Amino acid sequence: MTSPGREDRPRCFQDVILRLQAHWAASGCAILQPYDMEVGAGTFHPATTLRSLGPRHWAAAYVQPSRRPTDGRYGENPNRLQHYYQYQVIIKPSPPDLQELYLDSLRAIGLDPLRHDIRFVEDDWESPTLGAWGLGWEVWCDGMEVSQFTYFQQVGGHDCHPVSGELTYGLERLAMYVLGVEHVMDMPFNDPDAPIPLTYGDVFRDAERQYSRWNFEVADTDMLLQHFRDAEAECARILAAPLEDAAGRAIPMPLPAYDQAIKASHLFNLLDARGVISVTERQAYIGRVRALTKACADAWVAAEGAAA
Amino acid sequence: MPDLLIELFSEEIPARMQARAAADLKRLVTDGLVEAGLTYASAGAFATPRRLALAVEGLSAASKAQREERKGPRTDAPAQAIEGFLRSTGLTLEQLERRAEKKGEAFFAVIERPGRPAAEIVAEVLDEVIRDFPWPKSMRWGGGSLRWVRPLHSILCILTDEAGAEVVPLTVEHLVAGDTTRGHRFMAPDALRVTSFDDYAAKLRAAKVMLDAAERAEAIRNEAAQMAFARGWEIVADDGLLAEVAGLLEWPVPLMGAIEARFLDLPPEVLRTSMKEHQKFFSARNPKTGRIEGFVTVANIEAADGGEAILAGNRRVLAARLSDAAFFWENDLREAKAGMGAWAEAQKHVTFHAKLGSEADRIERIATLARELAPAVGADPDEAGQAARVAKLDLRSGMVGEFPELQGVMGRYYAQAAGLPEAVADAARDHYAPRGPEEPVPTAPVSVAVALADKLDTLTGFWWFDEKPTGSKDPFALRRAALGVIRLVLSSGSRLPLKRVIVSQLGSVFGQAQMRGFDAQLSQLDPLPEDLAEEARLRIEGRMVPVDPDSGIQGLGREEMRGEAVANDLLAFLHDRLKVHLREQGIRHDVIDAVLALPGNDDLVAVVARATALSDMLKTPDGENLVQGLRRAENILVQAEEKDGVEYSFGPEPKLAQTDEERALFAALDAAEPAIARAIKAEDFPAAMSAIAALRAPIDAFFEAVQVNTDNQVVRRNRLNLLHRIRAAGQGIADFSRLEG
Repeated sequence: MTSPGREDRPRCFQDVILRLQAHWAASGCAILQPYDMEVGAGTFHPATTLRSLGPRHWAAAYVQPSRRPTDGRYGENPNRLQHYYQYQVIIKPSPPDLQELYLDSLRAIGLDPLRHDIRFVEDDWESPTLGAWGLGWEVWCDGMEVSQFTYFQQVGGHDCHPVSGELTYGLERLAMYVLGVEHVMDMPFNDPDAPIPLTYGDVFRDAERQYSRWNFEVADTDMLLQHFRDAEAECARILAAPLEDAAGRAIPMPLPAYDQAIKASHLFNLLDARGVISVTERQAYIGRVRALTKACADAWVAAEGAAA
Repeated sequence: MPDLLIELFSEEIPARMQARAAADLKRLVTDGLVEAGLTYASAGAFATPRRLALAVEGLSAASKAQREERKGPRTDAPAQAIEGFLRSTGLTLEQLERRAEKKGEAFFAVIERPGRPAAEIVAEVLDEVIRDFPWPKSMRWGGGSLRWVRPLHSILCILTDEAGAEVVPLTVEHLVAGDTTRGHRFMAPDALRVTSFDDYAAKLRAAKVMLDAAERAEAIRNEAAQMAFARGWEIVADDGLLAEVAGLLEWPVPLMGAIEARFLDLPPEVLRTSMKEHQKFFSARNPKTGRIEGFVTVANIEAADGGEAILAGNRRVLAARLSDAAFFWENDLREAKAGMGAWAEAQKHVTFHAKLGSEADRIERIATLARELAPAVGADPDEAGQAARVAKLDLRSGMVGEFPELQGVMGRYYAQAAGLPEAVADAARDHYAPRGPEEPVPTAPVSVAVALADKLDTLTGFWWFDEKPTGSKDPFALRRAALGVIRLVLSSGSRLPLKRVIVSQLGSVFGQAQMRGFDAQLSQLDPLPEDLAEEARLRIEGRMVPVDPDSGIQGLGREEMRGEAVANDLLAFLHDRLKVHLREQGIRHDVIDAVLALPGNDDLVAVVARATALSDMLKTPDGENLVQGLRRAENILVQAEEKDGVEYSFGPEPKLAQTDEERALFAALDAAEPAIARAIKAEDFPAAMSAIAALRAPIDAFFEAVQVNTDNQVVRRNRLNLLHRIRAAGQGIADFSRLEG
């Protein structure tokens, strides 16, 4: 692939996203849409967590809106948001040229590795709530982390076989760098020459302010705790249901159960942002979420095994 | 004699693993080759982020043929024995030889092992090395089952002799060994065919890969130093960072930039730590201002624009990072100026250890102890207590949350900002010291008090709950804490009755734990019906008698006995560490034992002063002989006491002395005894040693001329009592019976 010249740089946030979509579509990935639930990171999307388990091959890419309530700064911090976008690529088995495919994606958004200093710096990835770990790198561009690059080794306590390669781009940070913007709210969202040019702030400033206040001050913690317990119970109930439905068809339900695990995880993040979870309790909550994802992964693996 | 070249080409190997991996490759391959019967002249291993390489020179072309003879069972042995022998040799019955032996005919196996070509052996050895490589962490990738640190892409393996290079036939999983590699990932990504190590190194250099990590590090060091010099700056040396950076690139291109003026007032430690941890920058100091004003980043490419875009990008990232740091710094300063109350409150909610309570509980114990220790180390008790209370508050600050390695350093800044005395601020920074056996020890009294209290609290706490170090396991670094206590006590010359201090601190630990236990019980009463809860509450509260810290062990009630035992055990642990510490300073362990056998052995300053004086005296000729004389006196005395069933400790009578030598010994003891007593009282141990050493000549002369066990019982008893005076004179100084040799 030829490197685009300077003039070929993206001009706005959505252009970065569209180029990544085009690149990964051309590389053979199914371009999925975001999962319709609140998650802390693109990894939580069942297209990554559950699909990385079992023998079936898989290749997908998608944008995932991600929520980290504790990172809210009322829209004032130039780099921190409680709601942001991740771009996620997952390919199983990891192809031998995954690094090259990834570097081509950087070229596609105007980062030429002969002009910018791209580095693969050791970073072992681990998600305590997903019971998952892998080895890989954080990818640096001119000293800034622009992506996580991971070869999944275990998810939900299960060995990954074959191994998935996972890429996660922090879209705002990456785009701000490519576009040369200092404050996220100043970043052009659509074409700056469009009849109605919009910045990231035009789209999200109000949301950041409002959610920051709700996350930190208003959210009803008793209700959130109750929701957490409800999600936990429903997850267990779904998984405990008999394998066969009323008509006698074998239909295991790891996907609906996993939705409840995602819910519990996000509720935990909200409770954390409200500051009602002590250091000791924290570990216990993480353990409870992990137990849920593990149970869902078990059910998924069992279903995959039965289907294979 | 062919040369062997191996390269294992992979995705990026973590920097911290490269040096070890190169050494392991060399060791495992050469060991394997030698074990298979090959010899070699020399070997060298190299690592870059993308490759491990090994060059072996002067390898033998083939292993020598080997002939092995093994004697088997007798030819009339049971069939099972013969079958076993066939199995172990891999031969058939027809292939065995029969030879006549003294005890009858026996089977012999003659096993011929023909020499094998080097290529065959190399392939075998390398296959095994790749499959079992000792990476600290390894992974699988794709659909394969091979493990490597990151995906392994190619194997280069060639043998080169005068006739040229030949690829060693080898296939590991899907990887077929060849004679090609690749250059720099971006600047020269094409395949290169190589024919020898020299060819390999030269072609790699041309393809922008510096194979040798030491050369990369040197290149970075030199170029960075030159760039700094040109601006009148100097690079802050950091060998750990240099090694790491050299492991992150194949072609180092240092670039220098200036830190924006708005960040120059951040503490230099913050600038250095942020740049190092987040961006792996070297810091450049302006010697005129003493400030960190610049940075060096090292790129992996020679960019067409001379690195302008790279430097601009790095500068941007740095600005964002330092904005974060400045944000923490300003917020933290605001909290510090407000008195750090929010941090103190937050400490209550942080668990230090499940059995030892929260950080706040721990600080409370340390503060009490610091006050108690203050007079002995020359500190003001109020200041010591205050310092202990603020010393760890920075752990709750934003900056230390971001950079844990700045604990203490930030504590000092924040204590200063809070308007606390300099001594208190210094203690916040210095109370962690000494952090290792070679690290400096604080000298300021308040710092010493808090540092000692911190370590003694940790030791007593974990000792009380029996979480002592075992073997190589010391998760709470208790050995380091004990050595810290010893070095602090010794360097400050603090006269501490450690036993009493430990007992009193055990009282705090236990008392606090008990109160926490009661609180926990009380909190569980809520679901009970009201009358039951009330009754239980009264019962629990009746037991809540707080421990009086002054009475220490008495407060422990039925735990008293255990407290005493735990204190003795901890003191013995400190004594063990002291022995290790003194041995490194050339004092024999038996000398320390001789001193530790005396009462008051928990006063480490006195123990060391005594042991040093004793050790010095023992190195003089007088000392050696004196020990012999004392031992002789002791032996004679012990034998007589055993035989007679009495203790000879009556004052001997000079009038009963029969010889000049006896009289001279009386005179010498008359002179030495008060001198020793005076010297011991004044703690002038060298003087005490000289005083007892003065007895050497009279004692020698006495034993030379006088028979102690004579027939005259009166004279004998008097002489035995005289020997007792010798023994008593020595006992004030050390237990000489513990000395060896």
